[in-house]
Amino acid sequence: MTTTETISSRIPAVLRTSEREILAEWLKAQLAADHSRPDLLKEADLREQSREFLSVLRAAAEGGAVEVNGEAWDEVRDFLAQLSRARAQLGFSPSETAMFVFSLKQPLFNALRRELKGDGEALARELWSATVALDKLGLYTTEIYQQSREEVIGRQQKELLELSTPVVELWQDVLALPLVGTLDSNRTQVVMESLLQKIVQSGASIAIIDITGVPTVDTLVAQHLLKTVAATRLMGADCIISGIRPQIAQTIVHLGVNLGEVTTKATLADAFEVALQRTGAQLGSGRPPVRGGA
Amino acid sequence: MERIPILKMGPYLLVTIQVDMHDQLALALQDDLTNRIAKERSRGVLIDISSLDVVDSFIGRMIANISGMARVLDADTVVVGMQPSVAITLVELGLPLEGVHTALNVEKGMARLQQKNGTRH
Repeated sequence: MTTTETISSRIPAVLRTSEREILAEWLKAQLAADHSRPDLLKEADLREQSREFLSVLRAAAEGGAVEVNGEAWDEVRDFLAQLSRARAQLGFSPSETAMFVFSLKQPLFNALRRELKGDGEALARELWSATVALDKLGLYTTEIYQQSREEVIGRQQKELLELSTPVVELWQDVLALPLVGTLDSNRTQVVMESLLQKIVQSGASIAIIDITGVPTVDTLVAQHLLKTVAATRLMGADCIISGIRPQIAQTIVHLGVNLGEVTTKATLADAFEVALQRTGAQLGSGRPPVRGGA
Repeated sequence: MERIPILKMGPYLLVTIQVDMHDQLALALQDDLTNRIAKERSRGVLIDISSLDVVDSFIGRMIANISGMARVLDADTVVVGMQPSVAITLVELGLPLEGVHTALNVEKGMARLQQKNGTRH
């Protein structure tokens, strides 16, 4: 690419001398375009942003370097990153965000054309370097836009993970872990960690894992469950798996999953009863209030 | 060479691992412990690993081995106080220590040993 050539450039001069015209033309274009979003961004704010961008752009261009990744352009990139993040939050689409930069092309080119009237060679060169620079900046906004969206998604995933794995203390020495949703390896890791941590904290000797809310159990999920059970056992606590629905029982057997010596119960109530028996605890009014005779 | 102390408590032996386990140390412990069990005719061994926060497959296998050797010498082994991270690591390494008894803390481990010993006679 020819970007390493000096912009020798008339661009900073043009930006300085015709700043007002460029700004006015650019604003008009932005407001008239399909991608303008008066519902999301007030005209005064847009004007302010445009003015500020032109001034940082001029400062960077005057620095002489054309390489948009260079140090002289730090300020421009920072400004665009900030703008892109703000717009992503406001609900602009990626192309609407990028058009902020791309729509500057026409006004800038017009100004260059006025300035370099008659010198076709110079005009072509200037236009090319301006295009390259603006294209890169436009793509940069898109990149930042995407990045900020991904950050949001990542944060939400993390929150969801934490939200969805509460460990509750059912009784003295008895913990319950109601699982809701599919188990993947990431989640198993979090579940396992929080369960084991809670066992250390509370000194519980029995943990009940309730999978009523787990929609399907395949070999992978079963393997994750068995891992959790094994880790719990290593800590010195017993594990009971409860909430196994009839279909899931069928699937487990059809898949040939061997739950080994893990105690399994159909309902949390049954599991709780077993837990109470094992810990030797008694509920206040004689027999525990669970269905069916033991 | 540094060694892990083995304490005698009645018919049981108590081992508290408070330093980083390296392979040599683990081998020495295995030696010392089997000798002690034979010499004292111990009925049970309690290994406290609550200060052990890093474990590798070698140490994991060593714990399983010690338990197996103790069983041959007619003593039960209870491993107590395993850290969550250690438990997860062992499971991920595919070493769920089948056949090793575990307990949450020394108190519960001792109760477990006594219970086992009581039912055996």
